[in-house]
Amino acid sequence: MDRPRELGLASYIAVACLVLIAPIAIVCVLAFSGEGYLRFPPESFSLRWFSAFFGDGRWRQSLWSSFVIALIACAISTVLGFLAAYALVRGEFRAKKVLLSFMLMPLIVPHVITAIAMYFLTARFGLVGNVVWIGFCHAVVTLPIVLLILLSSMQSVDINLERAALSLGGSRLYVFRRIVIPLAFPGILSGALFAFLASFDELIISLFLAGVRAQTLPVRIWNSLHLELEPVIAAVSAFLIAVTGAVLVLDGLIRHLRSSAAAGARG
Amino acid sequence: MRSRSRDPGVLLVPAFALLAVLFVLPLAWFFVGVFAEADGIADLADWFAIVLTSRAVVTAMITTNWISLLVTAITLLVGYPIAYYLATHTGWRFALVLFCIIVPYFTSVIVRTYSWMVLLGRNGIINQALQSAGLIDAPLALLYNKAGVLVGMTYVLMPYMILTLYAAMRGIDPSLTRAAYGLGAGRIYTFWRIYFPLSLHGVVSGSLIVFILAIGFFITPALMGGPGDVMIAMLIERAVEITLDWMSAAIMALVLLAVTLVLYAFYYRFTDVRRMMGA
Amino acid sequence: MSRVSDAPAASRETLGAEPDGADARGAISLRRITKRYGDERVVDAVSLEIRPGEFFSLLGPSGSGKTTTLMMIAGFADLEEGQILIDGTDIAAEPPQRRGFGMVFQNYAIFPHLNVFENVAFPLRARRVTGLEIERRVRDALALVRLERFGERFARQLSGGQQQRVAIARAIVFQPKVVLMDEPLGALDKNLRYEMQVEIKDIQRRLGMTVVYVTHDQEEAMNMSDRIGIMNHGRVDQVGPPTQIYERPVSTFIARFLGEANLLSGELREVCDGVATIALPGGVTLRAVAPKPLAAGTPVSLFVRPERIALAETAGPPASALNRAAGRIRRMSFLGNILRYVVDVSGAEITVDVQNAGSRRLAEGDAVALAWAVADSLALEG
Repeated sequence: MDRPRELGLASYIAVACLVLIAPIAIVCVLAFSGEGYLRFPPESFSLRWFSAFFGDGRWRQSLWSSFVIALIACAISTVLGFLAAYALVRGEFRAKKVLLSFMLMPLIVPHVITAIAMYFLTARFGLVGNVVWIGFCHAVVTLPIVLLILLSSMQSVDINLERAALSLGGSRLYVFRRIVIPLAFPGILSGALFAFLASFDELIISLFLAGVRAQTLPVRIWNSLHLELEPVIAAVSAFLIAVTGAVLVLDGLIRHLRSSAAAGARG
Repeated sequence: MRSRSRDPGVLLVPAFALLAVLFVLPLAWFFVGVFAEADGIADLADWFAIVLTSRAVVTAMITTNWISLLVTAITLLVGYPIAYYLATHTGWRFALVLFCIIVPYFTSVIVRTYSWMVLLGRNGIINQALQSAGLIDAPLALLYNKAGVLVGMTYVLMPYMILTLYAAMRGIDPSLTRAAYGLGAGRIYTFWRIYFPLSLHGVVSGSLIVFILAIGFFITPALMGGPGDVMIAMLIERAVEITLDWMSAAIMALVLLAVTLVLYAFYYRFTDVRRMMGA
Repeated sequence: MSRVSDAPAASRETLGAEPDGADARGAISLRRITKRYGDERVVDAVSLEIRPGEFFSLLGPSGSGKTTTLMMIAGFADLEEGQILIDGTDIAAEPPQRRGFGMVFQNYAIFPHLNVFENVAFPLRARRVTGLEIERRVRDALALVRLERFGERFARQLSGGQQQRVAIARAIVFQPKVVLMDEPLGALDKNLRYEMQVEIKDIQRRLGMTVVYVTHDQEEAMNMSDRIGIMNHGRVDQVGPPTQIYERPVSTFIARFLGEANLLSGELREVCDGVATIALPGGVTLRAVAPKPLAAGTPVSLFVRPERIALAETAGPPASALNRAAGRIRRMSFLGNILRYVVDVSGAEITVDVQNAGSRRLAEGDAVALAWAVADSLALEG
């Protein structure tokens, strides 16, 4: 009886999904275009824009900057985020929600403001273009992401496992090493992946702090977009999309492994 | 005192230290440093009056609010059925729709903006298609105007709305609507009397988060907007990068920050912050 | 003082349990321990003396504070007031990992990333026991719970009962003098639960350790325990062996919480030689043992277990040691091994359980005579 209505919703969803995914799909196709300007569908395919991307020393330099910054931000925010998430899940203190909402603020405060304030400080200390410094600054915005992911995954770790381990005589450190970290590991890995991705894709903070020495991929795309929509941007974009895809696939694998273990426990 | 040393609460310290040094301190230093340039409070008040009543800032504030409201409304209207579909379907349909939301969600904002520029540009793919189909003679102006900004921002912010709505809808017990049907209620009546009210807190928190993010938006309007679509964040950036007018930048930033934090306080009262960003 | 000492029977039970002897192993004494959440006292000045080698159950409804009490003994909930002594030593300053208790949880808490062998070996490795010794002791512990050949398995490959056996093996492998169990059988189905009760009790007897066992299941507590402490609203209301608590409850709450009970409210007329005379509203007068002095005129409840009441079709001659009453059957429930009659005695409802031994069944509306020993009746306040 509800056939027409269900069909109406389904076709709406189909169109919506197409609109959501099409821009990204089209960019990926254009990256393999053999032509000198953007035409869809391309009449010929080639890897010339990828070789333009990877063959250009400046693009390679940007790729390296992005990678190093993301690695630093990922390492810092994963360690600090894990400790903070553990404290929030297991600690017995008041105002947890207030503390958490403070730590999530870097996601909410407009990045332009954060970036300008960081720039103000960075310029004073002559740290503009310093890759390690930018990595630390990125950690401010990747920390809340790690925190959100780890909070939701650690909430499902039974506190009695830790209590059991402690009551059986394990020291705090021993229990942390043998029980807490192994059980939280899938969440930690997920958090690290998305922290890396968030930093790798971050534009605004990098834009202010990078100077000319440490331009990341998004910064260089930004600069090029003000000039011309050259197809090499499509190749760089496709590369960034591929990184996103890789992170999502890895995360999916982690989730799958964890849930199949859980399914085994029920069976 | 014995329990204090054992409490894992101390593990918050490193994260707080990072945020204190690289988030709170820069913000405080920035505002204090810039405002200290003024000659006393009266002078600073004059500065505020001048900057906040200037034509450019007033226009930008109106534009920012208007665009943010439109984007919030569009994401809500377009996103609600999608979230509903996600909440009521399983298996490959669910996975496919989720895929189409998640992939853009985690793709760099600059890439997403670029992809729409490629589509909407003067020689963009949509114009190419329409022209080769003979539907139009001259290319349509789809980019560098308000429509372009709306499309771009709606696209970027849509996943936040859908995932927030979905999180709320997932908590609605499907037996409630079944009970309503069983009691003789029709589909539409059941939706408005049962389902929609139960999803309302998702509507409010989704709208709040989209609006909060929209008013501070920078990348998409800067790349896709025209001269008449200057939003407040762009004005702040220009004051720092181009006119080197730190005082104006700080005043606008303070207002934007205050508005954002007030809205965030509402959001905090209203929702579980742990669910933020649809984690 | 807590109410424990108000009950004469309970204080008699705790005499001689002072952990002063050198051979005392695993004696626990709680002295007025208190825990608050906000303004609510979830554990309210609880004092208990648990003897070495005793199987002691904390029994109570959910929210009565029994699990919190256990967590305070274990060291997972902070002790705000009072003392906890193990064999006479105050352990308040010891963190959980140094208290040396074995612990078993309701949801088993088997480490999911370690196999059964490594789970059981955990307390030994944490104590840096050497490899060969670990091997031997884990084998012994697994043999004790009849899981010798499950060492390589993981928790997800085990049934609930098997997981609980692993948890028990893990809790005893390092020979703790005290094992704490928090509703360990709560997640198991009824038949398995009974089987595990017998098994746990058997292990406890063989190893001679003290067990503090938290449960809300009264049958479980009665089946396993040497003594039971009944908790309600953060306090221990009564402590004693199962028979004593069942037959001599100190309050209407305990009478109702443990099994079926008749509690007939009336007014106390007089107490003479420890026997109270109680007038029910319908005019019937009954007698009951008065465990403590009460003033005439106090509202009281007469307590008697349904299985202690004899049912006859005609009344016998009056006897000083018996309560007699006449009434009509209002309802009959068939419970298999028992026939449960609800008899209307001048407006009061009295439940009578009769063994289903083939005697004639009575029907609704039949006139009956009830008789039970005054010694089986208690006058309880309220």
